[in-house]
Amino acid sequence: MRRSTPRLAGLAIVVSAGLVLAGCSSKSAGGETTASGSATAAGALAITPLVQVDASGKEVKSSGSSAAATPAGKGGAKCSAVSIAMAGALTGANAALGINILDGLTLAVDEHNAANPDCQVTVKQFDTEGDPQKATQVAPQIVSDTSVIGLLGPAFSGETKATGPIFNQADLLSLTASATNPGLTKNGWSNFFRGLGNDNSQGGAIASYLKDTLGYKKVCVVADDSDYGIGLAEVVTQTLGSVADSACAAKVKTGDKDFSATVQIIKDAAPDAVYYGGYYAEAAPLLSQLRSGGVTAAFASGDGSNDPEFVKQAGDSSKDAYLTCPCGPAPDAFATAYKAKFNIAPGVYSVEAYDLGTIILAGIDSGITTRSDLVKFVAGYDGVGLAKSYKWDSTGELASASTWVYQVK
Amino acid sequence: MSVLAVAGGQLLADSVISFDLGSLARNFWALTIDGLTYGAIYALVAVGYTLVYGVLRLINFAHSEIFMLGMFGQYATLMLLGFGPSGNVYSEGTMMTIVYLGIAMLGGMAVAGGAAVGLERVAYRPLRKRGAPSLVFLITAIGASFVIQEFVHFVLPKLTGGTLGGVNAQQPIRLVQASDVISFANTSISNIEIVIVVSALTLAFAADVFINRTKFGRGIRAVAQDPVTATLMGVSRERIIMLTFLIGGILAGAAALLYTLRVPSGILYSGGFILGIKAFCAAVLGGIGNLRGALLGGLLLGVMELYGQALFGTEWRDVVAFVLLILVLMFRPTGILGESLGRARA
Repeated sequence: MRRSTPRLAGLAIVVSAGLVLAGCSSKSAGGETTASGSATAAGALAITPLVQVDASGKEVKSSGSSAAATPAGKGGAKCSAVSIAMAGALTGANAALGINILDGLTLAVDEHNAANPDCQVTVKQFDTEGDPQKATQVAPQIVSDTSVIGLLGPAFSGETKATGPIFNQADLLSLTASATNPGLTKNGWSNFFRGLGNDNSQGGAIASYLKDTLGYKKVCVVADDSDYGIGLAEVVTQTLGSVADSACAAKVKTGDKDFSATVQIIKDAAPDAVYYGGYYAEAAPLLSQLRSGGVTAAFASGDGSNDPEFVKQAGDSSKDAYLTCPCGPAPDAFATAYKAKFNIAPGVYSVEAYDLGTIILAGIDSGITTRSDLVKFVAGYDGVGLAKSYKWDSTGELASASTWVYQVK
Repeated sequence: MSVLAVAGGQLLADSVISFDLGSLARNFWALTIDGLTYGAIYALVAVGYTLVYGVLRLINFAHSEIFMLGMFGQYATLMLLGFGPSGNVYSEGTMMTIVYLGIAMLGGMAVAGGAAVGLERVAYRPLRKRGAPSLVFLITAIGASFVIQEFVHFVLPKLTGGTLGGVNAQQPIRLVQASDVISFANTSISNIEIVIVVSALTLAFAADVFINRTKFGRGIRAVAQDPVTATLMGVSRERIIMLTFLIGGILAGAAALLYTLRVPSGILYSGGFILGIKAFCAAVLGGIGNLRGALLGGLLLGVMELYGQALFGTEWRDVVAFVLLILVLMFRPTGILGESLGRARA
């Protein structure tokens, strides 16, 4: 009985090797045929800025960013053993956004350190995987690290909601470059500031844009199960009013890849447009399946889907999709420096992270050494960054917020 | 359209659960076809759970990862054939596309089958030799599942220079353009759906013939029914176990290709998890340990999930699946077709 076992193992290996060989031997033939009949250039589609709009969908002329503050400051600042924490998804399905933020911050800190030899600030990264549960485990580590003077993050709305009380109790600055759920500023957290417009402004803007500017009469609103997606979809549905068809409003789950029933329900409703509140990991397969299911309605989504990965995954299906973002496009000089350092083009929130990093660094350079002083500094800050001007109201929202509409072209 | 309860409100947050018979009635045939397509994939994966359970009384929770490796296997095979990720669909002509898909399926089968046998040798056989209790096997299966996932997540990108694996799903290689072959009312059947259902049923039929008609199949049934007597009759238990894992893996590899036809951007390190749980659920639904039960359970689950989504709202997919499972088990505790691989012939 024992003797025969290796024989079968051998057989299995031979069989699988044979299968692999079968694949390999046809490889050259396959290579030749594909060379002639292959698909055309893949990277042709890209997310391009279309128009900047206010909360009611009206166009806003962009204010030049020539007067933007630089992280270098005046130079010659003095400080010791200070670090800025960054918390967000650095691994996991939605890590791209977290990495964009980390890189934007790192660029700002490096420029600062080069100009200020006596004030070397370090970036401490804390990976939350974008998961509220993980984030609540990570948050105490950030608070107990005494070198951390301020936090850039957390990145996502769900984790920000979960960890908010921890940072608030420690009076640690929590400056987010990407958490856009409107409820976050209604908790009375004096240490929390949002460096971009919230979902109300973003959702309202795209809803008005779809309804008034593009003149769509029937829109299906689909949401995922995250705080971000639900909040955004709610605002869009509200602003659309009777244009939003409740019969084809659908919900999907984070992590889902197959949307058969959702596609069929939308197909049945035959809308002019589909709005998706959620992240690119689900938005891309949803859009491809809508298209292969024969739904030709326009597709719009928020900043969670506004990522090159969305275009990569959805391929040609992503053509003409509208993607909004409270974040502005990267200025050329910034894009060049970013590309040189990280060998990748700046992504969503990279510019905001850079701007917000600059604000924290300005605080450090002004001689601030305690966490609570930094919170006060940001509360009273009024200045221009690369993306927009930064001035906060008493709740931690930007005094004036605008939304960019991008289109895949 | 009849909307009862609190459904149909303006706000998404208001509509907790709806009961929309009209939506189900209007979309019935379209949902049935989608459900059968997805159910056929469940069924192929479920066979792997059910065969291993039949022979070893082990729930091989790492089977979902075997499926996931199968997806990467067929993707890598397509890359070896000279295809690259692209936004639009390759047009190779029908015959060549079928040939390429066939080769990719063999690639997926080879990787998944090899991985399943490897998993058995590395993880389960040493435990069996030491006579470990069944709980240890279960924990090992869950552990192996994590190891394989994290391997693809962190190690594979380093081994392949970032081509395979990593945080994001693989950029799809699309060989087939979905196009409607048959259309009636608001229902259409696409070429992809036909390919999936026909291939899956053919493979399922082949597996059934293999188990019920061949010498090896007889060996598998014998070991499942009574390992001791089977050994006394000259059946090598170790060989049969390996064969069982191999068949399960091969079918999972085939399912992987069919799944990526339908969900091109599903090739991700965690992409097997949900599907694996559903396939396991399908196996239990049909009667775990019973091959035909797994097939029936898969098709039934696929269809019922979509009906449930149309009826109660799209977010209730998983709830519908598990409520159905509980309801069936309440009345038939061993599943629809009963448990035993050895005895069940129906």
